[in-house]
Amino acid sequence: MAEIRLQGITKIFDKKVRAVDEVDLTIADQEFMVLLGPSGCGKTTLMRMIAGLEYPEYGRVSIGNRDVTDLPPRRRDISMVFQSYAVFPHLTVFDNVAFGLRMKNVTKAEIKRRVEGAAELVQLGPYLERYPAQLSGGQRQRVAVARAIVMEPAVLLMDEPLSNLDALLRLNFRAELKRLVGELKTTTIYVTHDQVEAMSLGDRIAVMREGRIVQCGTPMEIYDRPATQFVGSFIGSPPMNFLRGRIERSNGHVQVGLGDQTLTAPSTLAGRSAGEVLVGIRAENIEAEAAPAAGAIAARTEVVEPLGSHLLVTAAVGDQRLKIQARTDFPAQPDAPLWLRPEPDKLRWFDPESGQELDAR
Amino acid sequence: MKGQRLGWAPYALLLPSLAFLAVFFAAPMVQAFGLAFQNDAGNWSLESWRTMFADAQFREALVTTLVLIVILIPVQFVLAMAMALVINARLKWSGFWLYIYAIPLGISELAAGIIWFVIFTQQGWLNSILQGLGILDRPYIFLNYQNPAWLIFAVVLAEAWRATSIIMIILVAGLQGIPRDFFEAADVFGATSWQKVRRVILPMLRPSVQVALILRTILAFQAFAVVIALAGGGLTVLSSEAYRWYSDYRNSHVAAAYAGFILMLSVVSTVLFLWLLPVREEQQG
Repeated sequence: MAEIRLQGITKIFDKKVRAVDEVDLTIADQEFMVLLGPSGCGKTTLMRMIAGLEYPEYGRVSIGNRDVTDLPPRRRDISMVFQSYAVFPHLTVFDNVAFGLRMKNVTKAEIKRRVEGAAELVQLGPYLERYPAQLSGGQRQRVAVARAIVMEPAVLLMDEPLSNLDALLRLNFRAELKRLVGELKTTTIYVTHDQVEAMSLGDRIAVMREGRIVQCGTPMEIYDRPATQFVGSFIGSPPMNFLRGRIERSNGHVQVGLGDQTLTAPSTLAGRSAGEVLVGIRAENIEAEAAPAAGAIAARTEVVEPLGSHLLVTAAVGDQRLKIQARTDFPAQPDAPLWLRPEPDKLRWFDPESGQELDAR
Repeated sequence: MKGQRLGWAPYALLLPSLAFLAVFFAAPMVQAFGLAFQNDAGNWSLESWRTMFADAQFREALVTTLVLIVILIPVQFVLAMAMALVINARLKWSGFWLYIYAIPLGISELAAGIIWFVIFTQQGWLNSILQGLGILDRPYIFLNYQNPAWLIFAVVLAEAWRATSIIMIILVAGLQGIPRDFFEAADVFGATSWQKVRRVILPMLRPSVQVALILRTILAFQAFAVVIALAGGGLTVLSSEAYRWYSDYRNSHVAAAYAGFILMLSVVSTVLFLWLLPVREEQQG
């Protein structure tokens, strides 16, 4: 049972680089929180400060109402799965999993029971007597997970645990990990740069950039309502489309001009002085038509990529490009004209200077 | 195959070092064994070995050599390990300490012996300091052949000062080959500093520990200049016996027998270390 509370956490490297910059974040008991961001955004450093492997210059870390900021890792009631697994090569699978329990002077019988239980959970039962060098990468990863969960910690930390596996294994493990952590109900923090992993695993995702949390919310909130242009383009494959337009007023209605065409804009944008605005829309929220239709925007097809389940069409509106997800039976041809009908309630509006979402509701 | 494409090139590149080893190591070694198993008349015989084993000094030289090794190796290993951990902790100034630690490496064995002789001798620094502090009212003769414990202590001190950094450098190299994640995993899973050294660092460092111990033990069997400089004739070790038979008695056969005996002891100790500290492939990362 542990809630994690981070207050004003700041980590400065070499007296000038603010790797983590005044982060406030509260992670609820039993929550699965994903720290997501590109490399160098500070997500791993933030996790290492929760683990106690790194000490913040400013700010406090508390776990379950206990201030642990100045405690070493072993006094924090945490365990961790390392990106490199860090499974001890000189110990058998059993001894690796038992390592933490032995340090805590747990009785032999209890160690045996718990290690075997943990090994069962990650399907390592038959391999307990082997050395890590005799295991595959995927099996070693399971040893790392078993070693962490056997401690029954207040907080489970995972640093890109799937990044060293090949694509197929990663897909299988993702689901397995989700089941496992769901059963354990341990408060979990998971660091990744893979947005699909973040979406699939997290109860909430904290998107980080340049040492700060840009947005924190459920996967669907973050996907549907990115708080900044960065979040919209970092999450989703393909990333969200962004088109630059001009705010125009005619007959009391607010419109956004894209070249010589217009999009109806929400009235809340009326408060903005005329100028440029960024329109965000996801590829699957645009309907493609092969014939002119009322209210549709004329565009030209540039590239058609058949992806099996759908077509990915790259189209140009004026000199701006966007990607559209179309049904496989859509008659797309390079250089042919097509007409686009974005779902009005899926349009998002951003300030082109700051990249912040404009409150359009 | 790669090897076929390279043709004779690898062998040509190996040739200079093979030739060097053959001329300066293999050939003298074969010659030395030849000498040891011949008598003055040039016939094959075990005479020089019998002379060596029957020599009054042999027992003393062997015991002194072994006592030196039994004291030196653990002391040096513990010191070197502590120094290596300090360096590897990458604290501020750790580069500076590495250079300080490495200074004795650049000093020759004899010079090191003389430095410590200058400290311990009758008019040496130690006596001057102790007299200056009023602890002694006249010089104490530390390096006295009637006081072998002091002689051994002085030799151990000088050898430890001189050669601990060789072990340390091997251990530092080994430590730097261990990814930091392993140390951090030990921290996260509750190991105290001592448990980390015992349960994680030492086992993972085993190949380096093995090399360091073997190397240092072999060098200790050959200890010579430091002993001569500090103890003169007051303390005898196996290699000083070899020297004495060669230069004082002009008997190269017995001298060669001593050298062969030292070589055999080195081989035995190496095998012992390999057997006590096996490096199993499946236990390496």
